[in-house]
Amino acid sequence: MGAPFRFVRSAIDTGALRGELLDGGCGGYAAFEGWVRDHNEGQSVRHLEYEAYETLAVREAERIVAEAIARFRVAHIACAHRLGDLAVGELAVWVGVSAAHRHEAFLACRYVIDEIKHRLPIWKKEHYASGDSGWVNCERCAAPHAHQHPEPLEHA
Amino acid sequence: MSAPLYGLVLSGGRSTRMGQDKAALRIGSRTQLERTMGLMAPHVERAFVSVRPDQREEPLRGGFEQIADTRANLGPIAGIVAAQERFPDKAWLVLACDPPLLDAATLAFLLRARAPHRLATAFRSSHDGLPEPLCAVYEPASRRSLLAYVEAGRQCPRKFLIGAGDVELIDEPEPRALDNANTPEEHASAMSLLEQPNATAAAAARRLTVQYYAVLREQAGRREESLTTSARTARELYRELAQRYPFSLDPTVLRVAINGEFGDWTAPLTDGDSVVFIPPVAGG
Repeated sequence: MGAPFRFVRSAIDTGALRGELLDGGCGGYAAFEGWVRDHNEGQSVRHLEYEAYETLAVREAERIVAEAIARFRVAHIACAHRLGDLAVGELAVWVGVSAAHRHEAFLACRYVIDEIKHRLPIWKKEHYASGDSGWVNCERCAAPHAHQHPEPLEHA
Repeated sequence: MSAPLYGLVLSGGRSTRMGQDKAALRIGSRTQLERTMGLMAPHVERAFVSVRPDQREEPLRGGFEQIADTRANLGPIAGIVAAQERFPDKAWLVLACDPPLLDAATLAFLLRARAPHRLATAFRSSHDGLPEPLCAVYEPASRRSLLAYVEAGRQCPRKFLIGAGDVELIDEPEPRALDNANTPEEHASAMSLLEQPNATAAAAARRLTVQYYAVLREQAGRREESLTTSARTARELYRELAQRYPFSLDPTVLRVAINGEFGDWTAPLTDGDSVVFIPPVAGG
C-alpha cells in the first residue's frame, strides 16, 4: 500500500492503484476518473498543464483521506493526480475507495474528489485552439472585493 | 480648487487601557499632543485640538485652539462632526493624538496624495487593508454624509469611510507609522523604536523566502526568491510584492501558506520564514 495520494508525471497506472484497495473484508469499490475535456466555458481546449505546490498538496490530501475514512467508515482510499502537460482525453485525476458496502464507497469517493478540487494547491492552465491560454479560476478574480469590518474599532 | 486645510488633533479619548491620559504621555521632552500638533502645523492654516467639554480647562489642552464636542459618547467621530459644523467650508486634516511613530514624511505623503475632489483621502491600513480614519483628510463634501451617518446612530469613522464610496485610499510608506499605542507596553515598545536612528525599518527587517506558483509565477517571472523586507505580515508582504510585480489577483482571492502549512494573513512573520501565496485552485 503506497501513500494515499501521489502526484505522477506520466500516465496514471489505475490497475496498480486498484490493486492497493483489494481487501477480503470489502464488498464494494468505487472509483472516479477525471479526464482532460476538449472544451471549457465556450473555448476549444487543445491541451493543458497542471502545476502544484506539492508538499502542501500532499499534506492536505492526506487530511482529506483521513476525514473520508473517519466519516464514511471505508476501508481504503487511493488517489493520484497528474502534473505537467496533458493532452485531451488523458486521465488527470483518479480516486478509488474500497469499503464493506457500496453506499459508503460512493459517498467517500465523491467526498474525496470534491475536496481535492477545492482544497489542494493545484493549478490548471488551459491552452486553447485560438492560441490563447489561461489559468482556470484566476483570470476573472481580480475584481475589487466588498470590505468587511473584522472587529469593532477601539474608541478608548 | 481645493478647500483651505484646517487641522484637528483628537484628544478626547478616555485612554482606559493606558491607565493615563494618552495626550499627556511624553515622547522625549514633549507630550504626545504637543508632538502631533507640531507635526500637523506646517500643513494647515489653523490647528485645533478636539476636546470633550469637560476637558476645556485642562492645562495641556488649554494651550491650543479648541473645538469641543457637540455630541456626547460618540467617540472620535464627534470631534470631526463638531469641526465640520464650525467651519463647514474647510477641509480637515484629522489626526489621532497618539500614533507615537507618526512622522513628518508620512504626513507629507498623505497631503501630496490628497484628492480634493473626493470625499476624503486616507491611508489603507497595513494590518487589515481597511481605511485609517484618524490620519486622513476630510473634504467639505463629506460633511453632509458624515452628519447623516451620525444622525442615523452610527459612530465608527472607519465604517463611514468604508461605506462612503468616493474615498481616495493610499498605501502607507512606512508600515508602522500609524500604529496606535493603547497600553503602557505598546507605548514602551514604540519609544524603544524611536530611540534608534532609522529604527522602524531596521527593527522590522527580516529575511524571507517566497515561492511563486501558476499565474503568480508567471507574473513574478520567477519560481522563488529570497528577500529582506520590513513587511510584518503576509498581507503586507503581498502588498509590497504587488508594487514590484504586475500581480493581477486581489489578495482577497488568495490564500497564504507559511512554512508549508496554510497560514494567517495577519500573523507576524519571522526571520527565515518561507511564504507561498496560493492563487485560486483548479485541481481535478
